[in-house]
Amino acid sequence: MSADFLYGIEVVLNGLMAGVLYALVALGFVLIYKASGIFNYAQGVMALFSALTLAGIMSGQVPFAHLINAIFGTDIHYFGWNVPVLAAIILTLVVMVIFAWCVQRFVFRHLVGQEPIILFMATIGLAYFLEGVGDLMWGSDIKTLAVGLPQGGSLWVEDATSGLGGDDFYGFFIDKLDMVATVVAIILVAGLIAFSQYTKQGRAMRAVADDHQAALSVGISLNFIWVLVWSLAGLVALVAGIMWGAKSGVQFSLSLIALKALPVLMLGGFTSIPGAIVGGLIIGVGEKLFEYLIGAPFLGGATENWFAYVLALLFLVFRPQGLFGERIIERV
Amino acid sequence: MLYREAGDFKTTYVADSQTFPLKLDRIGFWVTMAVAWLVIPFVINDYWASSLLVPFLIYAIAAIGLNILTGYCGQVSLGTGGFMAVGAYACYKLMTSFPDINIMIHIVLAGGITAIVGAAFGLPSLRIKGFYLAVATLAAQFFLVWLFNKVAWFYNYSASGQINAPERLVAGVAVTGPSTPAWAQYLICLFFVTLCALIARNLTRGTIGRSWMAIRDMDIAAEIIGVNPLKAKLTAFAVSSFFVGIAGALFFSVYLGAVEVGEVFGIQKSFLVLFMIIIGGLGSIFGSFAGAAFLVLLPVALKWIGVDVMGWPTDLVAHFQLVIVGALIMFFLIKEPHGLAQLWRLAKEKLRLWPFPY
Amino acid sequence: MKMKKLAAMALAGTMAAAPAMAELVIPDLSYRTGPYAAGGTPFSDGYQDYFNLLNARDGGIGGEAIRIVECETGYNTEKGVECYESTKGEGALIYQPLSTGITYQLIPKATVDEIPIHTMGYGRTSAANGEVFNWVFNYPANYWDAASVMVNYLLDENGGDLSGKSIALVYHNSAYGKEPIRTLEELSAMHGFELSQLAVDHPGQEQKSQWLQIRRERPDYVLMWGWGVMNQVAVQEAANIGFPMENFIGNWWAGAEHDVTPAGAGADGYKSLNMNRVDASLPVFDEIRTLVHEAGNAAGDGSNMGSVLYTRGMYAAMLASEAIANAQDIHGVTDVTAAMVRDGMASLEITEARMAELGMSQIGPEFSVSCENHGGSGLGIVQQWNAADGQWVALTDYIAPDDSVIDPLIAADSAAFAAENNIEPGCL
Repeated sequence: MSADFLYGIEVVLNGLMAGVLYALVALGFVLIYKASGIFNYAQGVMALFSALTLAGIMSGQVPFAHLINAIFGTDIHYFGWNVPVLAAIILTLVVMVIFAWCVQRFVFRHLVGQEPIILFMATIGLAYFLEGVGDLMWGSDIKTLAVGLPQGGSLWVEDATSGLGGDDFYGFFIDKLDMVATVVAIILVAGLIAFSQYTKQGRAMRAVADDHQAALSVGISLNFIWVLVWSLAGLVALVAGIMWGAKSGVQFSLSLIALKALPVLMLGGFTSIPGAIVGGLIIGVGEKLFEYLIGAPFLGGATENWFAYVLALLFLVFRPQGLFGERIIERV
Repeated sequence: MLYREAGDFKTTYVADSQTFPLKLDRIGFWVTMAVAWLVIPFVINDYWASSLLVPFLIYAIAAIGLNILTGYCGQVSLGTGGFMAVGAYACYKLMTSFPDINIMIHIVLAGGITAIVGAAFGLPSLRIKGFYLAVATLAAQFFLVWLFNKVAWFYNYSASGQINAPERLVAGVAVTGPSTPAWAQYLICLFFVTLCALIARNLTRGTIGRSWMAIRDMDIAAEIIGVNPLKAKLTAFAVSSFFVGIAGALFFSVYLGAVEVGEVFGIQKSFLVLFMIIIGGLGSIFGSFAGAAFLVLLPVALKWIGVDVMGWPTDLVAHFQLVIVGALIMFFLIKEPHGLAQLWRLAKEKLRLWPFPY
Repeated sequence: MKMKKLAAMALAGTMAAAPAMAELVIPDLSYRTGPYAAGGTPFSDGYQDYFNLLNARDGGIGGEAIRIVECETGYNTEKGVECYESTKGEGALIYQPLSTGITYQLIPKATVDEIPIHTMGYGRTSAANGEVFNWVFNYPANYWDAASVMVNYLLDENGGDLSGKSIALVYHNSAYGKEPIRTLEELSAMHGFELSQLAVDHPGQEQKSQWLQIRRERPDYVLMWGWGVMNQVAVQEAANIGFPMENFIGNWWAGAEHDVTPAGAGADGYKSLNMNRVDASLPVFDEIRTLVHEAGNAAGDGSNMGSVLYTRGMYAAMLASEAIANAQDIHGVTDVTAAMVRDGMASLEITEARMAELGMSQIGPEFSVSCENHGGSGLGIVQQWNAADGQWVALTDYIAPDDSVIDPLIAADSAAFAAENNIEPGCL
């Protein structure tokens, strides 16, 4: 096999892996949109906030240290302990659940029945708010997230495949972190599906997603379900934050990964969990392959950002509700 | 009592269908215009012009543009930043290619070019709706920014990749370039704001505006009663982009003077203008102004309170700014989901009775 | 307690805002928030701490107290303009805009307002031509110098011959990132190395395509013009594909501690350019520690002292204060104006003796500024990251750029700017 073709395959493989990472972010959007019709712009900031919280708890940082120091003239920064990864993750999840409860109690409970664009706007306010709080709580420096995830290309894959091509083929490059992300994503999706199929709360969640009023009339508490959904979105945000944060350190830019998820959502549909996964894979492969075949050689590179959107747009022209979205039925 | 409708009689149709049918509104309008045109230019200084009024006016134009598309025609767009970039780059190319022609004409032409581009990117709206469309317009946003960054022709092959506005005069006074006096900067923006607001106000009251609103309220029903969705949607995209293009041209030539596309016209700008119209009020010209004022003036005011009055560290103030702006957005939406324009309407209702409760 | 403290701060704030007696006003357009805060915070800390040191130790410059006016820009152009307009009325003497976008805004504005701008190793490269840009200074070095220094370093590594070598440039797809391309293309033609360009779109969190391409093409060296999150991801991805880190060289905005620490041990051996030497044992730091930090006047939390960008901020403050002192000498008054400071900058001379006297020996290259040349000497060092010690280690002495390549480029670009803006080149 020629090296060019093999490298094409390598690009596809890496595109699939990148797609999984996009899908991880997109999942959070889908969960909330499905259950409450809210397009949650703050999902990216939630990923940032949860990763900041995790890094902060692990290193024993004092929350709001800068503010406290400025007001009281003290000089405190760290508690002086290190929290083990697992305990820190659990504590972070507790924080995210509290956050979910607050969001539901103080914001969206007052906005029930509003138009989608108003709800969308409220999440934008939430994004601003959370970004400010995150900075105030943990500071705006870059934090290293040492949760023990493997990094670097897998030598095993490289060695096993280097014989496939000629001398100028070095074997496939697969990032170990991407492999872990894929496994985690599979577990996460399987867990979410199992949860929604086999538990009482999960079924209630699906009922709410289908029809709020019918769910309410059979005695399901909407408030509880929405807190649950926001907590789950917080969990997904934490996972996405860990995976992306492991690459770049935890920093402000982490909130921008939301932009990577939007074309995935368009393509897969806002309401479908499998759609988010498939959409992520298509976008990941599509943009990487386009960059490899056309973007870098002919267009001067850096085409991925817009190509993802154009690809999604092309899909939408043929299926306006996305690949797996609920069919839009319009009645007068 | 303060705001009355009673006793305001009309004897002709022309009088009844004027822009502000109420006398009180008319007086308010003319007083505002008089202050804006006759008082502010004489008292304005560099700080007020470049930090507050000029950005406010330019954002108001962009917000009016987006409000036509989103508020009146119901098509959510996140491509505003990209379209502003089209206006800016069109203006730059026209300014440098035809230096002898008046800059005012260039700015209007830049709006026209943006209208064509906007209509082209509006085509998918015939198939795609709601948030799917919003995300689809992001394709325009990212593609346009990439294009202006990549193709050197757009920035005249300058080594830095930035575009700089050369000095241009209107009636012998510089309106672009560094030696522009603050009042000239302000007046040219005010001129375009007044023009755009009048056009927008009258368009939205006419046939075309009604067809937009019909599409917004329910496009299938509108189609059945004879509104052509192709025409309505594309005109909304074109008119909206025209205003946004003018805003972009002014933003580049009058306000900033030097622009790098990715930084100035990035995705953040698209979101910012959308925030303005939602906070201000969808489907309201007044709301466009209110929203622009809210998001331009509030951060500056918060910064002034925090840093200059309270003397806090600047980074803490910046973080609090985010927290407060975010909290205020949520608070306003909970209290009044239809924006500042609706608050204004309610205030007028209250004033009608004030000071008597019944 | 809380209220009291707040009230005291508020009082202090109003007192500071009130016009006091003659003082030297220096605005600090910092960015401690937003996506680039990790770089802006140490720079601003260093910048302010040094002026505070001068206030505490020498009573300011030439006996005039310094007042710092900090204004948060968040690296945002519009906020930067707001900061400029709000601070210039207070008698600002010198601006350090710190972002490419803000710099381009301020070049024409400050020229009209007659306030000097110091864009240290960033901003508009052709501002080195002082006859066109009378009010803009970019000493000690600029981006084109940086590109040339990198190539000269590689020439040195390869016994003076780069022909047949391949060099890849990974750059932030913006005006800043595209700066070195012209210079590198010229140098590539001159020295016969093959140059490939890989653009990374802002913000740069996803660079798999670019690094897979590097893995396929195996260039001998990778140069990087990166910024923000792009730096951390690039270092991580380079380590991931197993690219030899010692052949990976970033420019001076891609060579701070926070750029490499997230990648952990994988970043070991990564090289970057620097315009100032990093040395935590400089005597000046002890003075700052005792006179500024222990007196409770630290600009930040004090944790950044001695880091790359802190040192650079302090270095920038030193260059500014030397220029002000020079202006005081020239004009024979201590209460200088912005126009006088410009004169001080235009005849600034930094010698090793003076740097040693200030307790920062070898922190920067020796250079002198003239009316024609606002760019300084253009020298830079190459430093390497030692992950085990968590330290940048200087590998070389100051390396000179190839002026024969850069000077014509600067002349051409500044001539184009002068023609576009009807500027008659000449000295003030």
